[in-house]
Amino acid sequence: MLERFERVAVFGGVYSNHLALAALLEDARRRSVDAIFCLGDLGAFGPNPDKVFPLLRAGGVSAMAGNYDQSIASDLGDCQCGYTDPRDNHYAHLSYRYTYGRTSSENRAWMRTLPAEIRFMLGRYRVLCCHGSPRRTNEFLWESTTPTHFIDKLAVAHDADVIAGTHTGIKWHRRLASDRHFVNVGVVGRPENDGRTNVWYSILDARPDFTVTFVPLDYDHESLAREMEIEELPREFVETIRTGWWSTCLEVLPAKERKKGRF
Amino acid sequence: MKAPLVKLEALDHLWFQVTGTLCNLTCHHCFISCGPTNHAFEQMTLESIRDALEASRRHGVKEYFFTGGEPFLHRQMVEILEETLEYGPATVLTNGTLFDEAGLARLARAEGRSLYSLELRISIDGFTPEQNDPIRGKGTFQRAMRGVRQAVEHGFLPLITVMRSWGEDEDHAVFEGFVDTLRSIGYARPRIKLLPPLRIGREEKRSRGYGNDEVVTEEMMVGYDAGALICGHSRVLTDRGVWVCPILIDAPDGKLGDTLEESFDAFALRHRACHTCWLNGSICSNPSSNAAGLDVAGKRASS
Ligand code: SF4
Ligand code: SF4
Ligand SMILES: [Fe+2]
Repeated sequence: MLERFERVAVFGGVYSNHLALAALLEDARRRSVDAIFCLGDLGAFGPNPDKVFPLLRAGGVSAMAGNYDQSIASDLGDCQCGYTDPRDNHYAHLSYRYTYGRTSSENRAWMRTLPAEIRFMLGRYRVLCCHGSPRRTNEFLWESTTPTHFIDKLAVAHDADVIAGTHTGIKWHRRLASDRHFVNVGVVGRPENDGRTNVWYSILDARPDFTVTFVPLDYDHESLAREMEIEELPREFVETIRTGWWSTCLEVLPAKERKKGRF
Repeated sequence: MKAPLVKLEALDHLWFQVTGTLCNLTCHHCFISCGPTNHAFEQMTLESIRDALEASRRHGVKEYFFTGGEPFLHRQMVEILEETLEYGPATVLTNGTLFDEAGLARLARAEGRSLYSLELRISIDGFTPEQNDPIRGKGTFQRAMRGVRQAVEHGFLPLITVMRSWGEDEDHAVFEGFVDTLRSIGYARPRIKLLPPLRIGREEKRSRGYGNDEVVTEEMMVGYDAGALICGHSRVLTDRGVWVCPILIDAPDGKLGDTLEESFDAFALRHRACHTCWLNGSICSNPSSNAAGLDVAGKRASS
């Protein structure tokens, strides 16, 4: 029997942004959700990865593994994003080494216990939480490269009415025929490449019909930026936190998403 | 030795050999030896493409790719792309020498209306005429650069694809060279993808063919994520049937059937170009569709 809820908060991509995570946990409680789910990618990008774990536990968050967690937990050596741009690769490598070096072995062991997917009922809807897609942890499902009939196929193949994922860093929602849904819940770790400093998480509600609310979340991003500077993380990463524009790892963006950004 | 079988895990990528083997150029590295007089494959009709787009829904296709030859030799190419964008994301692999302003304007509007991305992939094989023209033909550098500028002026961010005709240790320098050159002609945020050479067709004569040791064995497929190979997630429609991948168009046994439904059998990696795929994964996909990597259980796939 799957657990049943009416209203839940779902987020992904913490990327060591413990300040945004703390803000999210408070915000979600205020919005009286029944449960909170994290779709993975706890580390990367931000400072002091170990600060994330106690927050997740104290917040009663049900978490699953993302590609980054699989990599760090088992030291696979990189983030599995498959960059070919030498600059992207350079930064990806830097943040991987940093995150791996600063994640305690207890936390890495805990990450190995995270499930690869989470299922629950939201009202009458069967929800499947995945990281990239239900079939691959690191598959990018971008709004502009994911046809509706393709999501239909996934939903049928994986017995789901609602598929929730993250991984790309940009939120979106598509309603399929027959009231099925795909939701990319966004990420709380870094802003969305839109020139704003806030990050995003999602509230899924089924009282009685399915709705998704994308929640913009402000947090003390200046403190995070300063902490990243103290940790000597790449200046480009810090800039993204301060400006809301991505300046690295851009090669995986499809044309439409890339055009919306500045770089 | 038995060649390993790769089964079609999902029909994610549907390719169209839209102008057959007809091209306005005759590049020395063309792995299917296209040119103005190569009629091995002819153009596809708009009707046959429409039928395939409709059928593709049933198969849950994720992305559509158009190649040739040179796709923009097809008089209805703009229409074809407009219609495809109603189904899903479209990518067109072009040499960039045949754009016209009206067509680009229509394509920009079509992408604007659509939920989906239109990727223009322009092949250029060096960031100077001295590097590019000996491979692609005299004057092609200037013409392709003009194409890039036209595309950029219409709001596109074309993906420049470059076949690696140098040693891997020079990747970084070539990459930076491209970035600088493209910026200097007004392409402020260039997107670049480096491709390995496929040592078949005319490329076999230009550099070298495959060595006897460049084969894929069953042993090499142990623990390997075959779904990341093009043949593991794609099929190619042509005017004369369905092929296993865009690379083996010249291979008679690359044909798997007359219709899409007949083409879903597994394929044995007995061709030597398969070795390049084995090393490099899904070389013909876009960076945004990273098909390789981890399965949901977190098992490490191809590296
Ligand atoms: S490589 Fe492309 S542009 Fe050159 S001849 Fe072949 S199909 Fe034409
Ligand atoms: S050439 Fe590449 S894509 Fe084609 S059958 Fe061989 S391995 Fe598969
Ligand atoms: Fe991820």
